[in-house]
Amino acid sequence: MKQYLLSVCYPAGGSQPPPAELNKIMSDVIALQREMQSAGVWVFSGGLHASNSATVLRHQNGDIVLTDGPFIESKEQIGGITIVRVPDLDAALLWARKLASATTTPIEVRPFMEHPS
Amino acid sequence: MLTRFLGDISLAEEAVQEAFAVALAKWPSDGIPPSPVGWLITTARNKALDRLRKEASRSERQLAAQLLNDVEQAEEHDVRDDHLRLIFTCCHPALAPDAQVALTLRLIGGLSTEEIAHAFLLQPTTLAQRISRAKAKIRDANIPYRVPEANELPARLGAVLAVIYLIFNEGYSTSSGDEVLRTELCDEAIRLGRLLAMLIPQESEVLGLLALMLLIDARRGARTVGGDLVLLSDQDRTLWDEPRIEEGRTLLRICLARNRPGPYQLQAAINAVHSDAPSAARTDWRQILELYDQLMAIAPSAVVALNRAVAIAEVHGVEHALQLVEAIELPKYHLLHAVRADLLRRIGRTADAAAAYRAAFDRCENKKEREFLLRQCQSLTRH
Repeated sequence: MKQYLLSVCYPAGGSQPPPAELNKIMSDVIALQREMQSAGVWVFSGGLHASNSATVLRHQNGDIVLTDGPFIESKEQIGGITIVRVPDLDAALLWARKLASATTTPIEVRPFMEHPS
Repeated sequence: MLTRFLGDISLAEEAVQEAFAVALAKWPSDGIPPSPVGWLITTARNKALDRLRKEASRSERQLAAQLLNDVEQAEEHDVRDDHLRLIFTCCHPALAPDAQVALTLRLIGGLSTEEIAHAFLLQPTTLAQRISRAKAKIRDANIPYRVPEANELPARLGAVLAVIYLIFNEGYSTSSGDEVLRTELCDEAIRLGRLLAMLIPQESEVLGLLALMLLIDARRGARTVGGDLVLLSDQDRTLWDEPRIEEGRTLLRICLARNRPGPYQLQAAINAVHSDAPSAARTDWRQILELYDQLMAIAPSAVVALNRAVAIAEVHGVEHALQLVEAIELPKYHLLHAVRADLLRRIGRTADAAAAYRAAFDRCENKKEREFLLRQCQSLTRH
């Protein structure tokens, strides 16, 4: 079994869909999460606040310095993540396909490195 | 057992070790195959052949081919499945198209990295990087090594056919460089097409693609004279390879009997109409147009629309065709401008035709094709 990160991507600075659409998306995503759970592939999922709520810590002269805001300004933001545990990429892609339909956003699929054990 | 086939103990040992390594990586996640020993022997043999192919001299290659035949007779089914799995893995949609092409040519085809790099005008190191990146993704993302389930087979097969046809097209209409043809790519694509037709003969589009490539490739000998490009209508038809055409026709007849048409079968049928014509003037353009109409109905694209317009010119007149061509949006495609130029020339709009040939020339990156377009352009201004 292998773990895959499914990231919900959307363009930075874009506007939220209207409430009715957003409600539909939310209920579709929740339904999909239940489906993942009953299929035994779900590990974790969660939505993220906008990247301006981020705090970055970095090494500076032997100290740790905090800055307000995201690490890099990029054209895409990650709006949420889901982790699934499945046999191979094809299985992960199948769930990612469903997630893309539910969120109506692009989904990036990335394999986790294997545990050293 | 392997040593018997390979005749070289150290090679066999290395191959078996590699096969075990693959098994260790694959079996825990994919499950143990139905015949583990057979799987190991097949994998080890493939590893060894891969090694031989990489390192072998000519005589060793012949030996390897001979050995492959022997083993194939002994383990036909294992080898069949193994080949198919490998093809579907190389053409997995999670890999970039250029990576799919490179992997397929390297792992299933018989070309070396240097030969593939030469055919695509790439530095061997660039190609080697492309291949190793793709292999790393297969490993890291755990792209499965298996034949897709029946419900996803049509979509996945589409990618495989597209890769093979892309290889063929790059061989038959080389997009850049100094030659019109790169015959090694045509040969390789046909070899892959034959392999696929042997592995999944029940899929009509697989036969359709092979028929299409054979029918086009049969004209290879007439496509150039002294290295210069010759248009289909000007080709010496006695130079066409009749056995190849007949093979393509036979495949098409099998497809027709099944009556499950698809884009490759239709394109093959269009080419068969050209092959049947004793001369360019006696081409059955009505039938070709009918086939293009069908093609537009199931797989519409701007390129198909352009080719259909060429048939329209023959059936309904140049003016009508010109109207259609003007509406096609393929500004970067040099053949759009070349077709437009030819139509303009035929209705006597010489200056416009010359400008269109010039536009085609500017967008074409193949030396011989550029020379051809320049000759067309010059012949207009001279008269």
